[in-house]
Amino acid sequence: MTASILLSLLTFLPCLGALIVLCLPQKQTEALRLTTLVTTIGVLLLSLFMFISPPNTGGDVATNVGFLAGEAGMQNNFTMDWIPSFNIYYHMGIDGISLPLVVLTAFLFVVSMLASWSITKQVKTYCILYLLLETGVIGVFLSLDFFLFFVFWEVMLLPMYFLIGVWGGPRREYAATKFFLYTFAGGVMMLIAILLLYYHSDLTKLSAEQVAELKLSAPEQAALTKAAEANRPAHTFNLLALQKIGMETKQFSIVDPEVDALLFGQSVQFWAFLLLFIGFAIKVPSFPVHTWLPDAHVEAPTPISMILAGILLKLGGYGIIRICYPICPEAGYALAYPVALVGVVSIIYGAFAAMAQKDFKRLVAYSSVSHMGYVVLGMACWSAVSGTGYTAQYWQMGMNGAMFQMIAHGLSSAGMFFLVGVVYDRVHHRNLDDFGGLLAIMPRYGFFAMLIFFAGLGLPGLCGFIGEVFVVLSVFRYDIFLAILSAFAVILTAGYILWTIQRVYLGAEYKGPHPEALSEMNWRETLVIAPLTVFAIWFGVYPQALFKYMQPSIDHEVQQLADWSATNKPDMPKPEDKPADEQPKPETKVAER
Amino acid sequence: MILTELIDSLYTNTLAISVPSFLPELILCGTIVLMLLLRVPAWGQKINVFWVALLGTGVALSVCAPLFFLGDVAKPDWVPEGAVKYNGDELFTGMLIYDNLTIFFRGVLLFFTFLFITLTRLTGIPDADEAPDFYTLVLGSVVGMCLMVSANHVLMVFLGVEMASVPAYVLAGTLKGRRVASEASLKFAIFGAGAAGIMLYGLSLLCGALGTAHIPSMATQMADMLAAGGSEKQLVLVLGGLMMAVGLAFKLSAVPFHFWAPDVFEGATAEIGAFLSVASKAAALGLLIRVAVGFGGASFITAPETPVAVVSPASVPQVHPVSFTALHPGEGEHEAETPAAPTSASRLSALAGAREYIVGLISLLAALTATWGNLAAYGQTNIKRLLAYSTIAHAGYMMMPIAAGVALLNNPAHGELAREAIRAVAVYVMVYLFMNLGAFAIVAMMRNAMRSEEISDYAGLIRTCPGVAICFALILVSLIGIPPLAGFLAKVYIFKAMVEAQLWWLLIIGGVNAVISLFYYLRVIKVMMMDPEPEQRLPIRFTTIWLESIYVVIVTLPLLAMTIWWESVERLTGNAVSNLF
Repeated sequence: MTASILLSLLTFLPCLGALIVLCLPQKQTEALRLTTLVTTIGVLLLSLFMFISPPNTGGDVATNVGFLAGEAGMQNNFTMDWIPSFNIYYHMGIDGISLPLVVLTAFLFVVSMLASWSITKQVKTYCILYLLLETGVIGVFLSLDFFLFFVFWEVMLLPMYFLIGVWGGPRREYAATKFFLYTFAGGVMMLIAILLLYYHSDLTKLSAEQVAELKLSAPEQAALTKAAEANRPAHTFNLLALQKIGMETKQFSIVDPEVDALLFGQSVQFWAFLLLFIGFAIKVPSFPVHTWLPDAHVEAPTPISMILAGILLKLGGYGIIRICYPICPEAGYALAYPVALVGVVSIIYGAFAAMAQKDFKRLVAYSSVSHMGYVVLGMACWSAVSGTGYTAQYWQMGMNGAMFQMIAHGLSSAGMFFLVGVVYDRVHHRNLDDFGGLLAIMPRYGFFAMLIFFAGLGLPGLCGFIGEVFVVLSVFRYDIFLAILSAFAVILTAGYILWTIQRVYLGAEYKGPHPEALSEMNWRETLVIAPLTVFAIWFGVYPQALFKYMQPSIDHEVQQLADWSATNKPDMPKPEDKPADEQPKPETKVAER
Repeated sequence: MILTELIDSLYTNTLAISVPSFLPELILCGTIVLMLLLRVPAWGQKINVFWVALLGTGVALSVCAPLFFLGDVAKPDWVPEGAVKYNGDELFTGMLIYDNLTIFFRGVLLFFTFLFITLTRLTGIPDADEAPDFYTLVLGSVVGMCLMVSANHVLMVFLGVEMASVPAYVLAGTLKGRRVASEASLKFAIFGAGAAGIMLYGLSLLCGALGTAHIPSMATQMADMLAAGGSEKQLVLVLGGLMMAVGLAFKLSAVPFHFWAPDVFEGATAEIGAFLSVASKAAALGLLIRVAVGFGGASFITAPETPVAVVSPASVPQVHPVSFTALHPGEGEHEAETPAAPTSASRLSALAGAREYIVGLISLLAALTATWGNLAAYGQTNIKRLLAYSTIAHAGYMMMPIAAGVALLNNPAHGELAREAIRAVAVYVMVYLFMNLGAFAIVAMMRNAMRSEEISDYAGLIRTCPGVAICFALILVSLIGIPPLAGFLAKVYIFKAMVEAQLWWLLIIGGVNAVISLFYYLRVIKVMMMDPEPEQRLPIRFTTIWLESIYVVIVTLPLLAMTIWWESVERLTGNAVSNLF
């Protein structure tokens, strides 16, 4: 198996599964579900195959496709022609940032498919759309061509629209349309930003070494040579090349004030960053563009809520870390504080909003807004320049925390939505005040619920803790005010989660409707929640299991950004005198603990 | 030049270049005559004219052979040796221009007509009695459209527009005896006549002020006039341009000359809707390109160094037997004293003011059209009216890159970029053909199946005829412009053109419009997929696996295929604009 086969299979295996499902008869619901489940398991096994195969050393010709932990750069990187005359290539690869997200995606799609047994309406269409959605998500994580990235990004829209709009709750059409509208608006902004960056990029202006470092594929190299000979600019959609251009050249900055004045006095990268960030923030979602999320979550069927919270929100964070900062560092630097503020406001606003909810699912939805705020905050805090002398350490901690938070939130929020779904399937309401005493009636369910909710709360020893603490610590070096606010929000989180537990699981008895329907979780439901819980505990106790893979890539990126700040923003306050041994190494500390 | 010599070279030129290049149009004319004559003998009346029309269009299309000229297909046998010329020739002493863009647009028009005639057979819209009239009108209109896209002379501009429009007025009223149809026809005719009158007035102003009617010569005259430091004629030029724009805007159904469109689309049959929204619009865009780029000074951009695969019989003389420019009294004598003949570059820069005017006018119309069309589509309950407004909005999108292309001509070094911008129109037209033909075809079929054209009656279509519903949904998604459907590809080219031309405000309007168009398309999808069946709807009679469904699938599949084989689209349209200027 070569890299191109592995990554293409990872992406398009669900499509093949969808074709098989299409050929099966509509009435055989069990066969349809099993086919879908087997397909998703196949994708999961493929993604895990990277852990057992020997590391890939020879590019696309090598037959080893393993992932080498500790390597920062792209692995299993390959390029094929798609639209060469428009410089668009089928370019994919995987690194420490995308690997955990791909595995999380594959895993959550299996788990959510298990949870999809409760779907009984139009099972065939459901399965097809479900699989198409998986193709879109994995494609986004693997794409290294900006255009390909965008195509996959938009491919997710339609399946999701129908999954919410057809199988959702009473206000499903409103919620689905709102979701579509928000994401599409973000998509259009992103498209404009992509074109802006494309037309201002020029590979011919890079030095020979820089081009060599990019390891361009043969067709790209040929196009570059041709453009250089014709004295034409060689535009590119290659994400790695755009990152290099963004961090090592001035192509996206204001070079000629006369020309760039047309952009209302701001540089190309300022607008590109802004447009991209809004596009990604909608997906994250951050305050003030989060309003689609509660509606979409409340109306979506349980498995789709799990996918939505567990994976789709991570696409926003992934976009910010992969695209926004490396390609537009100058704009990222200039806008660091507003972006961090967006994160903090999301945290606090989400927490307060969650506290005010009467609907169980809405509460969990707002908790997502709050938790994802840590992701934005961790990425934004440009701690490398705030009196640390351009040491990247604190910011690395923040970025790692943000990435960890994404995975942790993927596990805990998917679990929470599933738990809500379990009781909703039984009693058909989600009114928080009508619950009570579930722990006594359904002890197994209660046990898992406690663990998952505490993971969401950020209890030390569970996965939610690591991400939050890293982010808050990192922000402390950046801006104390923001750090205090975000640390304070942890209390709010504890507040609403504990209050929820009290109202739903504790108490003497269940007072709401259909008390007779409250039966213990069946084996299928247990099979869904158990692995989520296991991973939530494992990552909480041994975070190094994750950091081992993602830290090198993240540290490398942040180091590059810090170096960029050191060259381009050298007038920042120098570090206070501080003995070297006091410099914290929190990643490893926590890991060892 | 001696008269005999002149006639001789004119004769050679016409026979060797003009007529072979004009063959597709001539074949269409022959088909029309044949269809009319077939009604005379008794045996002729038994022949189904549908086949005659289809055959005529097919032969014309194969003679036009766009894939050979623009793509990588080997030269087919039927392409006559002399016709293999496409290096921007002027036909018939400068009346028409024959370049790759002509071939492209003619190919699109004929291909569409072929599909359209097939559709009319499937849905049974003209009946046997009306068929000869119907197809005569359609083919006559198409000939006019072919003239529009190759117009190089103001006379041909007007002639083409009128030839395309007048049959269309009649076609809009084909459902005789129905009030709405008659109303549509009448409205269309009155609007059209008014617009044509204004346009003719504008054209005569321009010709009078510039002393010629040959578009490249007009640009030269204008450049020299502007270079000489403006003149009292400037106001006349501005007025003339504005009036010409009115006529073009009517054909494009651009706001504020769009009022006929919804009523005509609602009153006419859906098939005619497809014809008006695709063929008529494509031709109008072709004409707009010719006029805008022509007056923008395209002839002063030096030709690309490497024309693609030119096969040109060099021995045939290019003849311009008449001087294009009228000489003012006494002017000819002074010509020798002119200090230095203006160069192409200086003329190009002299036209900057004209370009600014053209860009401003087109981009204003485009912005208004796209926004108005999208906003007005919200309230519609009739699917044909909705598609009419969608057509208006798309006309707005398609005008945007033309503005960008003209703006890019400001810098002679940007010739390639300007061509790229015009290419965006070509791509959009290609995609648009399948989107709108598919949409109107489905509307026509559903009309036959359930006797209704209300959006609310489309409810629950996914359960009664899933194939058609899915195809319709794909088409609508493509109209929104979401990947992986081809409508997205078209939008990318348009945005790209505006980024290149740095038309930021137009880019923003384009982006905002893409988002707001989402609502009404999505509403139709929602109704089809999610709503329960209405109770008072007539039962749907639609056999799922039959020619109609196959037709719909054939029209929808290219929307997916174009994204996957994007490279072919890129190459085809790239060649289409390769020798525009």
